Amino acid sequence: MSHDHEHNHEHGHTHEVEHPVYTYADDSPRDVVETDHYPLMVEALRELLLEREVIQPRDLREALEKFDTVDHTVGPRAVAKAWLDADFKEQLLADGRVAIREAFQIEACEADLVVLENTRDLHNLVVCTLCSCYPRGLMGQPPDWYKSKSYRSRAVHEPRQVMSEYGTEIPDDVTVRVHDSNADMRFMVLPLRPEGTDDWSEEQLSEIVTRDCLVGIALPELASAGE
Amino acid sequence: MITTPGATGMAGTEGMTEARFSVGDQVEVARAFPPGHRRVPTYIRGRTGVVAHHTGAFPNPEEKAYGLDAAHVHFYRVAFKQNEIWNQYEGPEHDELFIEIQETWLHPTEEASK
Repeated sequence: MSHDHEHNHEHGHTHEVEHPVYTYADDSPRDVVETDHYPLMVEALRELLLEREVIQPRDLREALEKFDTVDHTVGPRAVAKAWLDADFKEQLLADGRVAIREAFQIEACEADLVVLENTRDLHNLVVCTLCSCYPRGLMGQPPDWYKSKSYRSRAVHEPRQVMSEYGTEIPDDVTVRVHDSNADMRFMVLPLRPEGTDDWSEEQLSEIVTRDCLVGIALPELASAGE
Repeated sequence: MITTPGATGMAGTEGMTEARFSVGDQVEVARAFPPGHRRVPTYIRGRTGVVAHHTGAFPNPEEKAYGLDAAHVHFYRVAFKQNEIWNQYEGPEHDELFIEIQETWLHPTEEASK
């Protein structure tokens, strides 16, 4: 849970318990209000687990530290390698978790990884409508927008509009395929390699594969290299 | 069709049944609204799609959520046409949505069972 934003909402009044699942994007400035039902439940659970000594305070800190210091370059490096090495690309598409483990000597994914290849006819976009499932071991912590109620509700039913708002226009003759990451698989997009990168090294290529490209909300751009 | 919390099957993979569906099968997601922890979003319930990928068998999350010794169930990534999910989908008719659904929520369509 995020505690780092400013607390400018009203305190002291009681909230009706709202069920967020059926609510579409609203104009509220944020999704999490600390005095709402679910944040209070999380806080109560945390306190109980500590009180009963099921977990220790340091366990929580260490878990957060681990999440925040993940090597988020593994995903981009895997994409760059796949662009250069057809055999690796084949392995990556067949079993992403094993391919990355063998190529980078790292157990980067906590679950089975499905790698979604973009083509000239197909663009993939990932969302988790139920929570915020995300391959953290490959890509670090998910961005706030990925966890927002707005993205989670809108990406499934108006993906093209959402992408457009993020500056990504997908032509109508390209199929947009949204993946709802609601269960045991984790997903990473393998973007199309941009033109004009023919003589680039793996390192150069990995620099233009941003986190957002791996979710599918953005496309790799030459201009973002070397900045 | 849908197991209810408390009605646990055999734990682990022992006694695991064969996957009921294969890639290419047309399936319908149950249009059901049982109480409890459910991992099938409302928007996809009652919709018809095609099995794209059998992802394997995993402990039933709808039982695991209650700390039960959850039986394994098969999971599939099912492909749906966007304009068959939403009444007013604003995009080309070839746009798609893939979502992972556990077998307990799926049944063959009339067409597929012929």
